[in-house]
Amino acid sequence: MTRKQQRTTLIISGLVFLGIAAGLILYALRDTIVFFYTPSEVAEKHVQPGTRMRLGGLVENGSYRKGEDGVVHFAITDTDKVLKVTFKGVLPDLFKEGQGVVAEGTLLPDGTFRADTVLAKHDEKYMPREVADALKKKGYWDPNQPDGQDKGEAK
Amino acid sequence: MIVELGHFALVLAFAVAVYQTIVPLYGAMRGDQQLMNEAPAAAIAQFVLVAAAFGALVWAYLQSDFSVLNVWANSHTAKPLLYKITGVWSNHEGSMLLWVSILSLFGMAVAVFSGNLPLSLKARVLGVQGSISVGFLLYIITVSNPFERIPLDQVPMQGRGFNPILQDPALAFHPPLLYTGYVGFSVAFSFAIAALMEGKVDAAWARWVRPWTLAAWTFLTLGIALGSWWAYYELGWGGWWFWDPVENASLMPWLAGAALLHSAIVVEKRNTLKIWTILLAIIAFSLSLIGTFLVRSGVLSSVHAFAVDPGRGVFILMILLFFIGGSFVLYAARAGTLKTGGLFAPISREGALVVNNLLMSASAAAVFIGTLFPLAYEAITGGGKITVGAPYFNFTFGILMIPLLLLIPVGPMLSWKRADLFAALQRLTAAAGIAIVSAIAVAAIAYGHPVMAALGIALGVWIIAGALEELAIRIKLFRAPLSTSLRRLWKLPGQALGMTLAHLGMGLVVLGIIASSTWKEEVITSVRPGEVIRAGGYEVKYLDERREQGPDYIAEQARFQVSRDGRPIAVVTSEKRSFIPRGMPTTEVGLLHFLKGDLYVAIGDRDKKGRVVRVYFHPFIYLMWLGALFMAFGGFVSLLDRRFRVGVAARARGNAAAQPAE
Repeated sequence: MTRKQQRTTLIISGLVFLGIAAGLILYALRDTIVFFYTPSEVAEKHVQPGTRMRLGGLVENGSYRKGEDGVVHFAITDTDKVLKVTFKGVLPDLFKEGQGVVAEGTLLPDGTFRADTVLAKHDEKYMPREVADALKKKGYWDPNQPDGQDKGEAK
Repeated sequence: MIVELGHFALVLAFAVAVYQTIVPLYGAMRGDQQLMNEAPAAAIAQFVLVAAAFGALVWAYLQSDFSVLNVWANSHTAKPLLYKITGVWSNHEGSMLLWVSILSLFGMAVAVFSGNLPLSLKARVLGVQGSISVGFLLYIITVSNPFERIPLDQVPMQGRGFNPILQDPALAFHPPLLYTGYVGFSVAFSFAIAALMEGKVDAAWARWVRPWTLAAWTFLTLGIALGSWWAYYELGWGGWWFWDPVENASLMPWLAGAALLHSAIVVEKRNTLKIWTILLAIIAFSLSLIGTFLVRSGVLSSVHAFAVDPGRGVFILMILLFFIGGSFVLYAARAGTLKTGGLFAPISREGALVVNNLLMSASAAAVFIGTLFPLAYEAITGGGKITVGAPYFNFTFGILMIPLLLLIPVGPMLSWKRADLFAALQRLTAAAGIAIVSAIAVAAIAYGHPVMAALGIALGVWIIAGALEELAIRIKLFRAPLSTSLRRLWKLPGQALGMTLAHLGMGLVVLGIIASSTWKEEVITSVRPGEVIRAGGYEVKYLDERREQGPDYIAEQARFQVSRDGRPIAVVTSEKRSFIPRGMPTTEVGLLHFLKGDLYVAIGDRDKKGRVVRVYFHPFIYLMWLGALFMAFGGFVSLLDRRFRVGVAARARGNAAAQPAE
């Protein structure tokens, strides 16, 4: 095998490989993307029940209710629309009413949301960026007043 | 006073780093020996200064000097000593200082341990290394100063304490290990840039680069393993890897680094694949920089995110653009001038390593695209928000990993230049036999997803048995008297033994992942005292609760009696702690380790009925961390290889010249 042949083989096999990898990635991306919505967007965009999505906003004050066998109920609000959420599992330690939250799950036909994951943060100063953006859009959240810090201290 | 000295040392370090960048690089360009000789002293001086600054910050933490903003925000007098020290890097400013400290430590190590490097190469490597320090020191001094003071009349009496979930031994050492890995790739990067400037890459270059890459990769392996171990038992989510952007940020350089380790072997032994190896060295460090950016800027929302400051993100982005962009421009301009070396047939050791590299880079690319796709999507659609979750990564990463894992035992059996695939496979008959038997055994007894599990377990067994068989052939086990075999094992070069250990470790990781994900049992329910939860063949009985007082927290502690077939085994506790300084709660998981796997008990809130409890049984999950330890141990063993040692390289180079076909 000459030098040139070797180079050609390498380049062609590399390209074929790259093609396969790219195809794989695109295929996987198409099926596994999960959209992020706020409760208002769920209403505006007429999201179909059964769609997997992430729902973000603030945990509505007074909405957190404990059920049985590890099921909890709460509501997520973007200060405009509210969506009821049920979740079976252990809530993250930093879950609190009035704080930012992101829940992943599916919208049920009755208009409530069944979450299988409620995202936890490691830091009480932290606000999920999507939630912060959505709230900023509503003119509710002031970036200079990081949510939660003071409330966390006051607890 | 000491704090001001630390700050001053940092500014001096910046000046020294500028000197370390300009003088040696200019000297190398002009061929001026005197200027080039300035590099090692500058690198050592820079480290001493940065270390002094770091020491000053540690001192401020030990003294609980709350007039320093950073100490006030992250420390507390009631904190145990260990966490006062680790508090230094529990926050943004301190962790960036740690980053630069490790960077300058590597710079000094290169200056001290590479006496036999050609002068111009050494000057250029240290010059490039210095330029990275310039960027990050400037960043620390201008926008991320850990020495900032609180005005004297407002100095608080008590600190805010630090994020309690970080108050954990595993997380105390996770950042230093991880950063040593990230930053270690800077040496490979500097060598690559220096080689492009020199226009010369040869076997000796690869022999110099490999130990640094190996060290970085080894530390990164340990850092990632420790991080996932922490996520497993501290977060109480019952998982250890979530394909979260911050986790992916550490996985990408790991993959690129592993690819680089393998391709550098080809450069060293066969003097070919040089252009590709240079590119990989650039990519590995670029991915480390991108990782730092992703973690520190908050552009991607992550479950592991800490409070972030977008303004700083822009600064890191500029550093990123300069180094990544600059190195690629240089690469494009100079790569063509590197001469390619030895030829090889597609089926050969080189060929196998090329396939290894293609698969590893493709999987790194898949992770990269999945991680950054939400950003791109948002930019293109003008604000549309999406996430790319675990299914994407499991699918793409899984498909790319399977052929790679299958090939692990085959590669080392192939000879250089041109190999006989059939003969190589024949030497692996025993390994293949064991793998097939284990597949059948698993399929026969398993429940759940027997076919997938059987194939997965067989894959892990195949890698382990293949690694052992390769070792057996090497030491002529059963083909020569046992004493000969043992002597051969003892005399085995560190690199060969390191490879066996690392591949063995990979097999263990596969076994751990497959077993724990296939047969995981999970029960979430709420219980009253006396009630029993069953998982993994164990009975977990909820006994009682009491309040516990820790040094800086109060806890609700729940006790559980674990038994099997009515026979009591142990009492395990899980706690919900509330930390006094911040009022922030954490969960302490109760873990019991058995040969069969881990029993994992975490308590949640109380509900109407009783205490919410999560019980998991994770079969053989410990194999994963054991495997990571094997990989890291393999890395260290390989580093001890005498060919890497100082002074030996010079002699070995003489020998290599005499027998080029080695």
